[in-house]
Amino acid sequence: MSDVTPHLVRHLANLARIELDESEVVRFTEQLGLILDSVAKISSAIDENTPSTSHPIPLTNVFREDIIEPSLSQEQALSGAPDQGQGRFRVAAILDEE
Amino acid sequence: MSELIRKNASELVEMLAKGEVSSVEITQAHIDQISKVGDAVHSFLHLTTENALAVAKEVDRRRASGESLPALAGVPIAVKDNLTTTDAPTTAGSKILEGWIAPYDATVVTRLRQEMMPILGKTNLDEFAMGSSTEFSAYGPSKNPWDLTRIPGGSGGGSSSVVSSFQSPLAIGSDTGGSIRFPGAVTGTVGIKPTYGAVSRYGLIALASSLDQIGPVARSVLDAALLQDVIGGYDPRDSTSLKDSLGSMVEAAKSGSLKGKKVGVIKQLSGAGFQQGVQNRFAEALKLITDAGAEIVEVDCPSFEYAIDAYYLILPAEASSNLAKFDSVRFGMRVTPEGNPTIERVMAATREAGFGPEVKRRIILGTYALSAGSFDKFYGAALKVRTLIQRDFDAAFANADVLVSPTAPTTAFKFGEKVADPLAMYLNDIATIPANLAGIPGISVPIGLADEDQLPVGIQFLAPAHKDAALYEVGAALEGILEGIWGKRMMDFAPKLEGN
Repeated sequence: MSDVTPHLVRHLANLARIELDESEVVRFTEQLGLILDSVAKISSAIDENTPSTSHPIPLTNVFREDIIEPSLSQEQALSGAPDQGQGRFRVAAILDEE
Repeated sequence: MSELIRKNASELVEMLAKGEVSSVEITQAHIDQISKVGDAVHSFLHLTTENALAVAKEVDRRRASGESLPALAGVPIAVKDNLTTTDAPTTAGSKILEGWIAPYDATVVTRLRQEMMPILGKTNLDEFAMGSSTEFSAYGPSKNPWDLTRIPGGSGGGSSSVVSSFQSPLAIGSDTGGSIRFPGAVTGTVGIKPTYGAVSRYGLIALASSLDQIGPVARSVLDAALLQDVIGGYDPRDSTSLKDSLGSMVEAAKSGSLKGKKVGVIKQLSGAGFQQGVQNRFAEALKLITDAGAEIVEVDCPSFEYAIDAYYLILPAEASSNLAKFDSVRFGMRVTPEGNPTIERVMAATREAGFGPEVKRRIILGTYALSAGSFDKFYGAALKVRTLIQRDFDAAFANADVLVSPTAPTTAFKFGEKVADPLAMYLNDIATIPANLAGIPGISVPIGLADEDQLPVGIQFLAPAHKDAALYEVGAALEGILEGIWGKRMMDFAPKLEGN
């Protein structure tokens, strides 16, 4: 059985920057437990010598020439922002007052 | 109903070339169909019909003045709403992007514009393409035109339902674990996931970058081939884009043949767990394939047993990282809690309000799979399983030119049947997921109706990476044989929609 607790779900949600409400914490605790119990069987398919594959088609060092090409204007880049000013994205305070 | 909307894209191309019809007439016929059945089927999230008519008019003008035109010029198309467009919102089916207009077109959209194809609108999907039914779209589900109480598949249920309800002859989809092929199977249409990298992902809102692939949705194999030849090919803006040409899919579809082909039936993807009517149609299709001169062999892919589990670790892990960009800073929604909150609290409140349940579930699962204490047991193990699945495919393709299975274990299910049970929902993709994990191409072709519910069944062909043409060749051959037996096309079996 999995060891997923409401405490763990709150911790993960905090890492992922999602402010879950209590009913979601309860539901995800149960569902995450079921999903992890189900997927945990993959460890029986492999051993330490099995190589990893992170990408389906092998590619190495995809570079382009270092030349300036047309790109978005500052205005275009800011066009979808919820808030902006002086040519920048405007956000809430980064640090607490303390 | 206008006869024009029932034509395949390949037929419309011929009629346009002969001057039998104008692009404006074709485009208008589809716009009329959208007004008739659009509300009932709910395929579109945004319409761009005025722009579509303007493109059609320009195509007609150029044709009249004798200018040369691209192959699919004047043939309408719909685009899944996780591809960016500068003339319509791009929401990816999420509230967090409601109303967002991208400052650039996806490469695929640019190619459709260069081809002068009128784009009718943007199609519905499960939020950020996470789902198999469109029930996780923040804007409500699309319906299956064969039975409006059933799902059109997902995530690309908007694209599958638009094509199967004759609102567009063609559509673009994206396939991360079956989101083109599963909707194709349950709506009686053709869907292809090309080789990873065969179609540029620039401008596709990423779900899982090592699995995502854009591909065609159509009502015939040849139509899909016409579309892949337009959207495929190298794009310097996508670092995973393949540089080598895969050849002409249209030629492959036109030469369609099964003679002398070795067709491998995947032992793990037939029989138990598949609906009886699906098994029956699949067995008949295998018989037809044999009769057409192909040799059937059985192939063993023991690691496929772990494919879904590996997928549901790799996908959430990549998605949790990809979706971090929805942080209320550069685009989309911003929710500011009361008081004087820090940006961290603004982000958390925005993501709580903007994401739906499946997206939150997968982000949290992915965050867990990548976290220090569980990495080796989950994400790390899944990457190793991915190697085993690739090895299974390598061994299978040593004995077969293409592999086959039913595309999906069941026909279209009813709304609400699986939405509360994530594990049951995930099983829909059992046959389609291995191709994404290995990066190989797959096609779903309709093979008739299940006896018990009279709903469409699809067969899936898989080919080695870069051999997309082989799929078009065998897919077109089987489609031709079936249409010969039926004396009509798959979609001619579909019940008439209200309003037609």
